[in-house]
Amino acid sequence: MSIRPPLLSVRRLSIAYRAGGSLVAAVQNVELSIGRGETLAIVGESGSGKSTIALAILGLLPANARILAGDIQVDGGSSVSMADVETLGLRGRIVGFVPQDPMVGLNPTMRIGGQIGEAVTKASGLHGRRADAETIALLEQVGVDEPALRARQYPHQLSGGMRQRVLIAIALAGNPALIIADEPTSALDSTVQKSILDHLARLAGERGVALLVITHDLGLAADRADRVLVMKDGRIVEQGPPRAILTAPAEAYTRALIAAAPALDGKGLFGVRRASRPAGGELLRFEGVSKRFPSPMTGEPSRASTALDNVGFTVHAGRTLAVVGESGSGKTTICRIALGLEKPSDGRVLFENRDISGLSWPEFRPLRRRIQLVQQDPFASLDPRFTIAECVVEPLVSFGLEKGKGLQAAASRLIDLVQLPREAASRYPRELSGGQRQRVAIARALALKPELLFLDEPVSALDVLIQSQILALLDELQRALGVAYVLVSHDLSVVTSVADHVVVIRKGRIVEQGPVAEVFGDPAHPYTRELLEATPGRRSAALVAV
Amino acid sequence: MVDDSRSELSTARLRLAAGRAALGRSLRPSLRGAERLGHLLRRPGLVLSLAILAFVFVAAAAPTLLTSYDPYLTVPADRLAPPGAEHWFGADEIGRDLFARIVHGSSLSVQASSIAVGIAFSAGLVLGVIAGFAGGWTDAAIMRFIDVLLALPSLLLSLAIITAIGFGTIPVAVAVGVGIMPGFARTTRSEVLRVKTLPYVEAARLGGASRARTLLRHILPNSCGPVIVLATLDFGVAIIAVAGLSFLGFGAAPPAAEWGTLIANGRNFLVTAPWLSLIPGLFVMAVVLAANHIARTLEDGRP
Repeated sequence: MSIRPPLLSVRRLSIAYRAGGSLVAAVQNVELSIGRGETLAIVGESGSGKSTIALAILGLLPANARILAGDIQVDGGSSVSMADVETLGLRGRIVGFVPQDPMVGLNPTMRIGGQIGEAVTKASGLHGRRADAETIALLEQVGVDEPALRARQYPHQLSGGMRQRVLIAIALAGNPALIIADEPTSALDSTVQKSILDHLARLAGERGVALLVITHDLGLAADRADRVLVMKDGRIVEQGPPRAILTAPAEAYTRALIAAAPALDGKGLFGVRRASRPAGGELLRFEGVSKRFPSPMTGEPSRASTALDNVGFTVHAGRTLAVVGESGSGKTTICRIALGLEKPSDGRVLFENRDISGLSWPEFRPLRRRIQLVQQDPFASLDPRFTIAECVVEPLVSFGLEKGKGLQAAASRLIDLVQLPREAASRYPRELSGGQRQRVAIARALALKPELLFLDEPVSALDVLIQSQILALLDELQRALGVAYVLVSHDLSVVTSVADHVVVIRKGRIVEQGPVAEVFGDPAHPYTRELLEATPGRRSAALVAV
Repeated sequence: MVDDSRSELSTARLRLAAGRAALGRSLRPSLRGAERLGHLLRRPGLVLSLAILAFVFVAAAAPTLLTSYDPYLTVPADRLAPPGAEHWFGADEIGRDLFARIVHGSSLSVQASSIAVGIAFSAGLVLGVIAGFAGGWTDAAIMRFIDVLLALPSLLLSLAIITAIGFGTIPVAVAVGVGIMPGFARTTRSEVLRVKTLPYVEAARLGGASRARTLLRHILPNSCGPVIVLATLDFGVAIIAVAGLSFLGFGAAPPAAEWGTLIANGRNFLVTAPWLSLIPGLFVMAVVLAANHIARTLEDGRP
């Protein structure tokens, strides 16, 4: 609408990566523009080329990238070649960058103040006390408490959310007109994520800074952006205001993305996902379980290191119990105790009314045929030297249940069960995608026909579309095999789509538990409400519902 | 219109290239022979290194293929002959062909170095795996023993061992092997410590795998890589150490000639016939550089 030229426009940009002597297209013929003060979100799965665009604008493309065509205009000026980005000092002064992972985005050996001060000096030429004052002011602006103290601390002394705020402060130091945020919060808990994004949006509003947010989460993009741009395989498939995209998606891919985001699919977070089935018998019960880790200094279990405090819940056969909480809330400790990897400090764990909390490793071994685990990271949970067939039948070999032909048959059966192509049997894990690997891990966990399966963040490492496929598979398997799940997750949208019961845990204590529809439909505890509020896509769900 | 179809075409080409790259990646472990040769030819340093090592191994296995001279045949007329058409590397003080002696000496030197690396590799692997896998007191005891070995300079340690068990090619090999073993033990232990905390090892344990199965099927194969690279790297070190000990006279008894012995022999004629020491010395240097170059390549090639 405005007569002024856009702040940044990218025209017919094509980028390819050189790999093993040939070129692999990463970005093809992309056009986009951002006006002053506008928030644009690029949504796409990993490998869709969204980060490559950000890197190109920043002039930070890796050495094996080739810009095949296109140009980038800043502020209506003449086109800028990539080499100019550096020489003209666009980076910092005009474009600020907030990287993805706050854990590795800061120099661990430098104080926070020094790292921001460096950016301040570079951008504004301030030195000494004036730079220090500016640093403190920036920390204050990004919502860091006690900025004078934080400036003297090192990155490891700050939480993930704090570090992300520091990274935002660094991006702001040059007073840029555009901030590019590459998955700024995907490594953070949803409540922290919400406060950071709120803050970023407010800062952008106050300063009139344009935002380019890159994310895989359509819900988040729709909540935050003025315009959403959907990418697939290096091309823009659709763009427009969030409302138009959500209510009238033109492309099948966009529709699939919307369907994959439980918060967006109209049924919303509170819908009961399925007809309730008769509850099976009690399978596993935690009774007043506490876990305190010994302090590394004294070796004594201390109050401060309490991972679980008086936790009790029941898992019924054939049903799904979800354990929801932020990182550090003790979710994983529950898994480890139930699987006999840790011993509880207090309380009992009952499996079919038998106390299993005190069992030694050999005593526990027979139970492993009945309780299994699917781990979080499918990229690390498969032995790189095993073929897929070897991976899935390994438990059968370990227990000496099958040999020779029987083993091959079992491998084929398990591979079919998780809907992988038969050819996958002879492949190695590195040849499979993340979603396929997670299918392999599920097949392995089901090899022994367990009655109870622990799922430790089973989809958090995967793209949204793949997430919904894996969750659908888990649902199908539960119906077919009657296996009970304990699903540990920080993501409410995952939980609502598959769980019957939910346990909300915070700092090792259960704050609320009950059927999913009850707990999320009418949360009794403020923390549960906070978690619900923070789920990306909540605002946009209203748009879709209309 | 034309423009569009052209861009379609180039897109298709890019797709094809992408597919080919993906194929290449998936075939990587069994890279086709022709392609592998192509990769090799782009790296002349590696080709030269492989050629040198190939020469040495052929010389060790079948020396008569490379030289028709008898390394022990004395020809007084050719005494201290300079390098030339007849004697490529010259002849020594009693007229023996130096090239023939280097070629025939390869067998002893390669044998000694291989035994040394073999001892270091197997002993280091066993000690490192036990220390890393068992942890606790076992780990502490083994690693303090390794620390003691590390605290002594390896040449001094080798000399002490040789003095204890006697002279000769095999004792030299044993002494050098023990001298370089601590590095293997430490590397193995750190790899085992790293691998044993990986999720797939935990998954195997939860799947009911016994400790032995976890160790042999998961931990060992996945921690070997860096140790094998270390072995190739230490092959060069072993050659130098073996040559050093035989230079000092602890190696094979005359007239058999290890490379170190040849260098030592030439010392008395440094002014009149410098090539007698220089050529075997340069030869040892070339072999060690080649071994190191290959080791570095292996190291870089690891994922």
